[in-house]
Amino acid sequence: MDNISDVTISRRNLLIAGALSATAVSLPSSAGAQSVPPAPAQTTTPAPTITGVSLRINAEVRTLNVDTRTTLLDALREHLHLTGTKKGCDHGQCGACTVIVDGRRINSCLTLAVMHEGAEVITIEGLGNQDRLHPMQAAFVKHDGYQCGYCTPGQICSAVSVLKEIRDGIPSLVSADLSVAPLLSPAEIRERMSGNICRCGAYSNILEAIIEVAGRQA
Amino acid sequence: MRAFTYQRATSPAEAAAAAVHVPGAKFIAGGTNLLDLMKLEIETPPHLIDVNGLALDKIEETADGGLRIGALVRNTDLAADMRVRRGYAVLSRAILAGASVQLRNKASTAGNLLQRTRCPYFYDTNQPCNKRKPGSGCSAIEGFSRQHAVIGASAFCIATFPSDMAIAMRLLDANVETVTPDGQIRIIPIADFHRLPGNTPHIENALVPGELITGVTLPKPIGGTHVYRKVRDRSSYAFALVSVAAVLHENGSGRVALGGVAHKPWRLEEAEAAMPQGAAAVASRLLAGATPTQENAFKITLAKRTLAAVLAEAKKG
Repeated sequence: MDNISDVTISRRNLLIAGALSATAVSLPSSAGAQSVPPAPAQTTTPAPTITGVSLRINAEVRTLNVDTRTTLLDALREHLHLTGTKKGCDHGQCGACTVIVDGRRINSCLTLAVMHEGAEVITIEGLGNQDRLHPMQAAFVKHDGYQCGYCTPGQICSAVSVLKEIRDGIPSLVSADLSVAPLLSPAEIRERMSGNICRCGAYSNILEAIIEVAGRQA
Repeated sequence: MRAFTYQRATSPAEAAAAAVHVPGAKFIAGGTNLLDLMKLEIETPPHLIDVNGLALDKIEETADGGLRIGALVRNTDLAADMRVRRGYAVLSRAILAGASVQLRNKASTAGNLLQRTRCPYFYDTNQPCNKRKPGSGCSAIEGFSRQHAVIGASAFCIATFPSDMAIAMRLLDANVETVTPDGQIRIIPIADFHRLPGNTPHIENALVPGELITGVTLPKPIGGTHVYRKVRDRSSYAFALVSVAAVLHENGSGRVALGGVAHKPWRLEEAEAAMPQGAAAVASRLLAGATPTQENAFKITLAKRTLAAVLAEAKKG
């Protein structure tokens, strides 16, 4: 047990030393490394790099200094404390991290913050709030489109996007005729929502919520 | 994730030259596959070259009536383009059969061609894998191999290539356009782009280090009825057990390619000569010499039956 925590501390010291050597330019790059054991594998791994990035998040320009490794998801949650967006699998398989970037929903866990200089990001906090719910949020509440609620912000960002994608004529796997605009149907909505997993299994209620909002928009 | 330095490229030639400057550097476009692998430290590039600023996001008509698809065209945009939907419907269908909308909104055309396998042993860094660590062995051959290749595999690797898009591009005789680090433009027929594993499964395609894909061209539309059918463990958002891409003409001739069965899109032009004789004749030529494992032998039957179903569907029009 002691050995394990020793390794953890060494790793942490190594990272801190690496960060110092990257920022303190007057320090020779080897100086930071002398006090810590050599890196285990890949000697080519550079020290952590901090980069500035500006994004428009929920209509507000936010400028951040982030480690290049920071995903858009971690920038939102850890740097900006917009914790409505959830981290589920962190590998693009569950959809809990879905946000809308430049008008399109993406998995914020599978993209780097530094890749989005100047981008327009809308998170669940930007869609609505407790005093002024987005119609999709209100419909999820009305139809009980969740149980634990963890996947819900991603489900709602996707649901809002699904209706826009159908309005924009973007086809899906279940669109029968590719030469015409897709129809709004339960099958279309189900297929387009397949990137959002709900472990509680609230799918049928989520579908009802989306259909209700779609009907109001049609 | 290992630390890396980061730059935004301003031209394809500059990007390619920069990639050989730092050994192990990688291009990043959508990042949906690369970042997944970097989090697991399966990919550990010390330097990332962001190519998203390159103006490679257009779909344009070519002089010979085909299409040129920029490397950065997102999967969603390619599948939704009306010229693709009308002239190359099998490509739209194949793209829409893959991943989720969130991923297709980000994933690029070039990145899709460069997808790494989803073999669970490639993903598990505690297990030997010749693709991840050359010479370490293949855990899949004696392991759980239900998802794996049944044809064109080797004693070193039985992984499959996971793309749906590339199966349709192989069917349509696409060409991959690249720029090499010394600034040369190369055109690689898609049939020669992906490699079989042989004894070097870590080398997956014909690109040289630093070579950047700039686009994919499609010859002019060939007409016919286009079908893409993907068979998988759930009806959406899963990789193929078997997929079939087909174009069938009224005179009974046509083309067929298989996904989910090999280390590359599986198409044999000589098998297509048997199209007028029917699906069974095509399938037996296409799958001749297959070497399935006990766990994935079902894919042979599945491929034959899916091919028969696809050709029957295409015949109805």
